[in-house]
Amino acid sequence: MSKIGVFICHCGENISATVDCERVAAEAGKMDGVEFATDYKYMCSDPGQTLIKNAIKEKGLTGVVVGACSPRMHEPTFRKACAEAGLNPYLCEMSNLREHCSWVHEKNEQTTEKAIDLVKMLVEKVKKNKPLNAIKVPITKKALVIGGGIAGIQAALDIANAGQQVIMVEKEPSIGGHMSQLSETFPTLDCSQCILTPRMVEVAQHPNITLYTYAELEHLDGFIGNFKATIRLKAKSVDYKLCTGCGACTTKCPNKKIPSEFNEGLGMRTAIYTPFPQAVPNKPVIDRANCTYYQKGKCKVCEKVCPTGAIQYDLPDQFITEDIGAVVIATGFNVLKTDFFPEYGYGKYADVLTGLQFERLASASGPTLGEIRRPSDGKVPKKIVFIACSGSRDPAKGIPYCSKICCMYTAKHAMLYQHKVHDGESYVFYMDIRAGGKNYEEFVRRAIEDDGVNYIRGRVARIYEKDGKYIVKGADTLLGSKPVEIEADMVVLATAGVSNPGAEELAQKMHVSYDAYKFFAEAHPKLKPVETNTAGIFLCGACQAPKDIPETVGMASGAAAKVIGLFSNNELTREPLIAVVNRSAPPVFSTCVGCFMCQTACPYNAIEREEIKGRDGSVIKTVAKVNPGLCQGCGTCVAFCRSKAIDIQGFSNEQMFAEVMALMNE
Amino acid sequence: MSEQIINSPCGVKGTIGFYPGCSLKGSSSEYAQSVLAVAKAFDIELQEIQDWNCCGSTAAHNLNKELALSLSARILALSEKQGLTEVVVPCAACYNRLTVTQHELNNDAALKQRVCDIIDMPIKGNLQILNVMQMIDKYVADRLEEKVTTPFGHKVACYYGCLLVRPHNILQFDRLEDPQSMDILMKRSGAEPIEWGFKTECCGAGFSVSRTDVVAKLSGNIVKDAADRGAEAIIVACPMCQSNLDMRRPQINEYLKQKIDIPVIYITQAIGLAVGLSPKEVGLQKHFVPAQFA
Amino acid sequence: MINNQKSIHELQLHTGVNVNRCYQCGKCTAGCQLADEMDFPPSMVMHMLQTKDEELLQQLLNSKTIWLCISCQNCIERCPMSIDIPHIMDYLREKSAGEHKINRQSRDIVAFHRAFLDSIKYTGRLYEIGLVAGYKARTFHLTQDVVLAPKMYAKGKLPLVPEMIKGTRNIKGIFRKTAP
Ligand SMILES: Cc1cc2nc3c(=O)[nH]c(=O)nc-3n(C[C@H](O)[C@H](O)[C@H](O)COP(=O)(O)OP(=O)(O)OC[C@H]3O[C@@H](n4cnc5c(N)ncnc54)[C@H](O)[C@@H]3O)c2cc1C
Ligand code: SF4
Ligand code: SF4
Ligand code: SF4
Ligand code: SF4
Repeated sequence: MSKIGVFICHCGENISATVDCERVAAEAGKMDGVEFATDYKYMCSDPGQTLIKNAIKEKGLTGVVVGACSPRMHEPTFRKACAEAGLNPYLCEMSNLREHCSWVHEKNEQTTEKAIDLVKMLVEKVKKNKPLNAIKVPITKKALVIGGGIAGIQAALDIANAGQQVIMVEKEPSIGGHMSQLSETFPTLDCSQCILTPRMVEVAQHPNITLYTYAELEHLDGFIGNFKATIRLKAKSVDYKLCTGCGACTTKCPNKKIPSEFNEGLGMRTAIYTPFPQAVPNKPVIDRANCTYYQKGKCKVCEKVCPTGAIQYDLPDQFITEDIGAVVIATGFNVLKTDFFPEYGYGKYADVLTGLQFERLASASGPTLGEIRRPSDGKVPKKIVFIACSGSRDPAKGIPYCSKICCMYTAKHAMLYQHKVHDGESYVFYMDIRAGGKNYEEFVRRAIEDDGVNYIRGRVARIYEKDGKYIVKGADTLLGSKPVEIEADMVVLATAGVSNPGAEELAQKMHVSYDAYKFFAEAHPKLKPVETNTAGIFLCGACQAPKDIPETVGMASGAAAKVIGLFSNNELTREPLIAVVNRSAPPVFSTCVGCFMCQTACPYNAIEREEIKGRDGSVIKTVAKVNPGLCQGCGTCVAFCRSKAIDIQGFSNEQMFAEVMALMNE
Repeated sequence: MSEQIINSPCGVKGTIGFYPGCSLKGSSSEYAQSVLAVAKAFDIELQEIQDWNCCGSTAAHNLNKELALSLSARILALSEKQGLTEVVVPCAACYNRLTVTQHELNNDAALKQRVCDIIDMPIKGNLQILNVMQMIDKYVADRLEEKVTTPFGHKVACYYGCLLVRPHNILQFDRLEDPQSMDILMKRSGAEPIEWGFKTECCGAGFSVSRTDVVAKLSGNIVKDAADRGAEAIIVACPMCQSNLDMRRPQINEYLKQKIDIPVIYITQAIGLAVGLSPKEVGLQKHFVPAQFA
Repeated sequence: MINNQKSIHELQLHTGVNVNRCYQCGKCTAGCQLADEMDFPPSMVMHMLQTKDEELLQQLLNSKTIWLCISCQNCIERCPMSIDIPHIMDYLREKSAGEHKINRQSRDIVAFHRAFLDSIKYTGRLYEIGLVAGYKARTFHLTQDVVLAPKMYAKGKLPLVPEMIKGTRNIKGIFRKTAP
């Protein structure tokens, strides 16, 4: 005979404002099999939980129904309370009187009636509940970090330094990401390479980190603690075991006119190349699309000059599979190119640059060795215009958001320009200056007050070229919207930060969500900033939204802490709410007839075949078996099974029918 | 630069309607003359819309929106009544008004009904409205290069003005900034189009009479940029632009304090010359700033 | 300050523009070729409307700006918020004319528009001599362009007799039915 306890929560006034909670409790008390029923203002509070625990002990309850908020919120809370009082936690159910009732209805008689019905359904269900035990699965203590920018580097080092294994996958020939392209960094103006390079090297040398560059994730299967990752190692055409990084090939390659990605097209590279001198690993790859040998079948100069015979033209892409316990996505971002802007010349003006291109000009390792010179004619620009919010905050161009970093780097650029070109004049067209951050506002003020950068509040309508000058037409909205025209030698657009071209595909491969702009989505905007909606997959850095280095690094350490936390357990507990195929005594063994409809239906490939053997080892019957590690409890198989052999624990057909029947037996 | 004129519709050759508009019957008769001459040279048959009226231009649009829509709507209705599915409208202002009107009526059933009541005629709203570039691109396309006998071997500044290309989402003609269609046609006619900065800046439009000072300034900036960059002619496709840049040249020169004598000719005149028509046949003698090309 | 929510609401009803969407970036003004001539450049117009201040609305109805805007559409094409300023200008012009608030110095412009419309009202098409005559009669700029007309005539650009269309009754009907 069941002894059910019913606990009705007011949720402050969230429920009690429209539902008569006392009446619900009173009516519940009269239900068949209910031993005890009561209501309380905050059932989730300590006294509320104590109320439940005491009732279990004193009344010897065999099941509990809490009528409160969403189970998503507090089911774990109440199940834990039950467990503490000695009741199997899966004998506790929640009835959602808030989202399903009080929030969506007016205060009246019917609303209370509905609440009573909702409770009644769960009372009937819980009578059929069976004690269940959480599933334990082992954890593979190895993390996959995708992306080797500063985010990935930081996360990998933190995890590795905590003693765990890391596999890093970077799609370019070198790690470093955008930070390696930067000149000096706000708000301190320290040299980007100087602070980044040691960490890149540390990644390469760390005993706990395996680095795969020129590689991409091909496929990801499995679940938290037990992923299987297939990684494509793109053919480098160079055997890294033999290559010493001497650079003979890159100096001799005749194909020297390929725009360098690292220098944002402002410099050239060869077909066999290392992206930059401090690259990690400092060994070249052949860019097959631009190599004369691959395109025309002749050349092989690099092979001839290589002293160690490391060049191998026939190497194919390779695939490796790794068992992984957790994934950190750190694939970063991108910036719009100048061709995105019709009004600024569709990218046809040589001296209208993106902020990233300006970084390369200002960088000591850049094509001008740090001197600010015009790409068109090599002259030092005497008048320079910076345009903030280029493409950002521009719904007409499809980007309503603020890119967050450009106000700061624009101030930095103007400052660097003034430091390098003493007699130069710089102008910044801006809409608002967003400098929230430690020492950020002070940094911008320094640009204006000490370096004399002219800030003009207004957007630029268009740019056109005349006599080697760029005519920039803006307005000064602080001067009563006065049109302003500046004849500039160079224009720098602080172009919007956008998601990487391959982000969407990658997200789909991993089943994680992304937002309207194809940035990866965090699980909760406030409380779960480094988690994704898929357990065991974390994210950090600019792949979630444009952000600066301090924020990226903070987030990366956060994600790493989550991974380390996960790996601090040897096994993982999972909810036992999964499918099971029934078993019975011989000669039937199971009502499963071995049709394996369920196997075709299961989206998670969780259904396996099991042979039931006799004493002599002969196969008596082949039936379905659910792999508890893979099953997600979606129930698709249940709908397909014609012999009712498969069922979801905790949501069995019997339980579901009990709920429905509760409504019918009025 | 794309060699294909952007977004120009394509279809089969048939009888094509022709809406000259008031200017082409008066102060810009040479535009009409050259459009017809070029059409003839390419065997394009143009059929004038019977009893057409003025589209209302800026005046109606500025003072009375409903009047503006109705005047243009009458032209659309007449074309449909005449069984036309396609109308060539050389004047950029008329082209703009007719296209925008059809768009607005098609997007607002109640408005369409009201306007049909006012003009006392039904409107289906599926007319193809073409400007001259679209006409040439659609019906002449590659044949243009074959037909060129005397290449228009001059540096030209193609001036589009505002009405030809805006509003972009409605007209769907060429690209938003720095349009190319005229440049492409001029290149095919043997000219050398220059890169310049005033392709779509306004000439002062309807202010020719009431605010001649404004026209002198705006048109002056256009003429000056073209001249500075060595253009030997400014190519236009709008009578309003032509008359502002041409007839107002004394005021322009006064504003610029500089004497600029760069001629302003219609695209159909330039193409006409290139395919072997005589200056007279395309009405070149009618301009105020003398247009002579050796 | 008199807050006139109603006028702004009406403006939104007619133009479909929510003036609050303008974030005052000034890009419209930066590209407007007439901004220099205007008493209130386009972005300022937007801000004046945003204040919902009745006094400022009156200033706009009385402004040169609304008659100087040539509807070139430059502003809306470049506005990050796609704010249809030309449409707002149309609305303000109609309102200004309807309430007899036309700016003194802008009367020539309006006179020209009216003479233009008069011309089509009677003949169905624009009759340029009629237009100029009408304009001069309205403005008393009797000697303006006297040098131009004979030259135009000589170049065959000025027909002396107006073209009359057949459907003049239809046209008059249109004018009557759309009269404000
Ligand atoms: C012009 C400019 C100036 C800046 N200046 C400053 C500054 O002064 N101070 C500051 O704090 N911040 C600055 N920033 C911001 C800074 O660049 C970013 O905060 C930082 O780069 C973000 O790091 P990340 O690792 O998240 O992304 P990224 O740097 O973009 O790195 C991502 C990495 O992932 C790799 N990757 C991408 N997709 C895949 C894939 N599918 N598989 C494998 N690997 C992949 C990429 O190749 C790259 O190596 C600036 C940004 C710009 C654009
Ligand atoms: S084979 Fe290719 S990579 Fe090697 S030198 Fe020739 S072009 Fe360069
Ligand atoms: S950070 Fe500044 S420049 Fe960048 S989009 Fe935001 S407001 Fe504009
Ligand atoms: S461009 Fe648009 S958003 Fe910017 S000030 Fe003008 S109307 Fe406002
Ligand atoms: S439409 Fe009017 S306000 Fe807008 S840019 Fe043109 S003239 Fe200026």
